[in-house]
Amino acid sequence: MSATHLLVGTRKGLAIYHKKNDQWNYETMHFSGIPVSIAYADPATHFWWACLDHGHWGVKLHRSNNQGKTWEEVAAPAFPEGSEIKEGLPATTQYIWSLQNGGLDRPGHLWLGTVPGGLFKSEDNGDSFHLVESLWEEPTRTTDWFGAGMDHPGIHSILIDPRNSDHIFVGISCAGTYESVDNGKSWTIRNKGLYASFLPDPYAEVGHDPHLLRFCEAKPEVLWQQNHCGVYRSEDSGLNWKEVSDKTKNVYFGFPIEVSKTDPLKAWIFPSKSDEERTAINGGLSVCRTDDGGQTWNVFRKGLPQEACFDIIYRHCLVANEQTVAFGTTCGNLFISEDEGASWTCLNNYLPLIYSLQFV
Amino acid sequence: MVTVKFTQALKRFYPLLKEQTVEATSLLDVIQKLNIQYVGIQAYILDEQNQLRKHVNIFINNNLIEDRKTLTDRIKSGDEIYFMQALSGG
Repeated sequence: MSATHLLVGTRKGLAIYHKKNDQWNYETMHFSGIPVSIAYADPATHFWWACLDHGHWGVKLHRSNNQGKTWEEVAAPAFPEGSEIKEGLPATTQYIWSLQNGGLDRPGHLWLGTVPGGLFKSEDNGDSFHLVESLWEEPTRTTDWFGAGMDHPGIHSILIDPRNSDHIFVGISCAGTYESVDNGKSWTIRNKGLYASFLPDPYAEVGHDPHLLRFCEAKPEVLWQQNHCGVYRSEDSGLNWKEVSDKTKNVYFGFPIEVSKTDPLKAWIFPSKSDEERTAINGGLSVCRTDDGGQTWNVFRKGLPQEACFDIIYRHCLVANEQTVAFGTTCGNLFISEDEGASWTCLNNYLPLIYSLQFV
Repeated sequence: MVTVKFTQALKRFYPLLKEQTVEATSLLDVIQKLNIQYVGIQAYILDEQNQLRKHVNIFINNNLIEDRKTLTDRIKSGDEIYFMQALSGG
């Protein structure tokens, strides 16, 4: 279904773009001045969600049942009293990094991922959340998980198998991918085939940095990840990962990855310059797309600035819906393509830093 | 009774928030009583382990509290307690 809205979570609020007469136009900014780490529209309930990261007042969660006309604050997920990240370090919700419904067949079920690595579940459409103890008590958490870009580990990716809502993947930086086939009661590590150059043992079972984990909705056993150390694909539900990077086209380092909902061979990435620098490559922006499962990549620059650019894009800021693709950058630039990324139009150069995008 | 005053910044979320007196025996008691009147405000001031949030300050009279983790700074009748935000962000 064609999208009519684009939710843009930014450093200074939730910006809404609306498509009318084939034009995308800025509509409004909700929560002006407040960082929105994730904006999420739930296709199961049609509620909109805004995950706020107040600098002073902590993490907050708001929902709207009328596409943002009014918002209601609900209690943010909280760790049980006495929870510890590590011995002597109390666990508190520091950041909401992912929000995902529990499947179209379970309206009102929500999964929510946080820094410092707590996964939360709601079965009452966010009236309450509880910590998923099975993952929090997973033996590797206190020994092999660690922060990356954040002080503590974070869950940034949650995937629910459209064929079976008990089947879940989470992506954690740094730890890797974990799979549950029993609605989160137990978890299995799925990092085989990944290489982590920043670990003493690059082939360690845990400690990987999947910047983002995605799958093809029409064929969910096909998983993709933009990892800290390359782009990877799996055709067997994460049992085995195969690198599909192409350094000659800068398909290696970056944060987001987007996958076609219908074609398991098609994916987009936004390349950035090296772990050490994290800027645009040679001062220009580009998007890379593969149509053959990562065997080859096409580089697209039409409509994108090619000099004096320093933007990168964060992991939740590259999205696709049918032929339409959008990305938003750390410098507040928002671009859209109506031809699967082959050419681009700028929607805004002056937004705040962008944290998340979603087509609705 | 202690007098409680608030930063203007909190009034964005609690528009009815105003200076008031509270009968309380400890800082946590003050906050929990405020939370009855202004539902949820405790989570704006403290995290879920009842530690003072990193960028929030509490003053007793003109003195910044010392114990941000367990809020054991003593209060007495007649004190003025200020809930302020730290000057941080960008």
